[in-house]
Amino acid sequence: MIDDIELLKIIEKDARIAPEDLAVQLGASVEELNAEIKRLTDEKIILGYTTEINWQKNYPEKVTALIEVKITPQKNLGFDNIAKMLSQYDKVTDCYLMSGGFDLMLIYADENLKNIAQFVYNNVATTEGVISTATHFILKKYKSNNIFFEDTTTDDRQAIVL
Amino acid sequence: MINLEDKISSCVANVPPSAIRKFFDLASEMEGVISLSIGEPDFVTPWTIREAGINSLVDGYTHYSPNAGYTKSKQAICSYIERRYGVKYDYDGECLITVGGSEGLDLAARALINPGDEVIIIEPCFVAYKATVLFAHGVPVVVETKRENDFKLKAEDLEAAITDKTKYIVIGYPGNPTGAIMTMEELKPIRDVLMKHPEIIIISDELYCELNYVEDQPSSLARFPELRDRVIMINGFSKSYAMTGFRIGYVLGPKALVSPMTKIHQYCIMSAPSMAQFALVEAATNCDEQVREMRDEYNHRRNVIIKGLKDAGLDCFTPAGAFYAFPSIEGFGINSEEFCERFLMSKKVAIVPGNAFGKCGEGHVRISYAASMDNIKTAMKRLAEFTDELRKEMQ
Repeated sequence: MIDDIELLKIIEKDARIAPEDLAVQLGASVEELNAEIKRLTDEKIILGYTTEINWQKNYPEKVTALIEVKITPQKNLGFDNIAKMLSQYDKVTDCYLMSGGFDLMLIYADENLKNIAQFVYNNVATTEGVISTATHFILKKYKSNNIFFEDTTTDDRQAIVL
Repeated sequence: MINLEDKISSCVANVPPSAIRKFFDLASEMEGVISLSIGEPDFVTPWTIREAGINSLVDGYTHYSPNAGYTKSKQAICSYIERRYGVKYDYDGECLITVGGSEGLDLAARALINPGDEVIIIEPCFVAYKATVLFAHGVPVVVETKRENDFKLKAEDLEAAITDKTKYIVIGYPGNPTGAIMTMEELKPIRDVLMKHPEIIIISDELYCELNYVEDQPSSLARFPELRDRVIMINGFSKSYAMTGFRIGYVLGPKALVSPMTKIHQYCIMSAPSMAQFALVEAATNCDEQVREMRDEYNHRRNVIIKGLKDAGLDCFTPAGAFYAFPSIEGFGINSEEFCERFLMSKKVAIVPGNAFGKCGEGHVRISYAASMDNIKTAMKRLAEFTDELRKEMQ
């Protein structure tokens, strides 16, 4: 019997792990593992697999912004309708409903600042129900999805320790 | 010319240097070696623990602490033990904070042993058990455990080793180097033997208590209420919390036993590092989840090791604790030192010969899985190649 939380924790860290290796780690057969992954995918618990990329290295112009959006909730629909609408834009990579001083947080990536500015004043600010926006640009990434961008740790342990 | 070697105390001089020193030197000098011979976690200490240590420095806690340790550090240890073991200790008098678990072993030996007293040691085991007894002019009496019993201590073997000179017994499960555990059920016959000998003190080494892949609650002789008052529990933060460099451990037991140990500690050590005592409060209080996560990761590696040993055709009982596997290499016609040396030279993987942990460790090797998954996988592939080559040689 596979512990699904344990399985999810491993592939959350390493989505590319070979099924044969993963099965050994979990003490299960590859067939059991595949069946479990299929179930988790069918139930939309596993939604997809992405890659963490350090764009700063080979695409330094790429800009990512966090856009705070204050909105007026709509009758019967709350925040969902506007959130779903704003999520439709391809370059909006994340959209969250937040507690605190604003309502929606959008994460938006584009090739330059101008495009992001245009997106904010042409598309977000003009959406019906949006009261105001505040845009923050990411200057440098240190850690994302639990991965350090400049990891310098080395194994400095003694070769043999009894 | 004065011969300085003659000046060395015989009890120190008579402890032979490690038989595998040459092998150590070889492994340390070679480039590009994958080491599965390290008895310490590869994880960096969880950040909040390091931060607590840093904060203590920022706040200026750079002085000696009270000899037995800061009150809040001792309280954190006692609450942790009560939470995990269900055993209560009074932080005031029954708890001493030491420099690692090893200091606890040394203190116990010096506090308890009169010259000639016998101490029962269960081999194969951590190398310091025997040495600390010898340094204290004691006589180690070895009880061997065997592969066919999954390296668990058998009550009849213990009973046969007890004499009227037996002062104490050292028991350490989950075990280094075997990875063996003993459950409460399995400890019952041991308890029964010890109940027949109420004069014997019990040193229970709990260093690997959180690295148990079978049981959630650590097993220990200290959990038997009828034994509690003659058990000295030795524990520390090195293995469970990946804090080896902090050098911080502790001793728990009845006041009558802890107080002479505190006396020695007071004169020889003064007090354990203050910074580490602050760090341990965070570890013992708030880090159960981080410990569980490290344990789960070790467990995944354990499964990979077990499969790797099977693929290499090595007989190994399934280790249930610590981060070691202890497979047999009998059947290759060479001893464990030669096996390890040849494996190192031809495949650049370092593992430890079983005889380093006692005579009965011969015929086995210790493989540590406190290493990255990639290194473990590569090492296991090379082990399978190596054993194939040995088998061909034998044909």
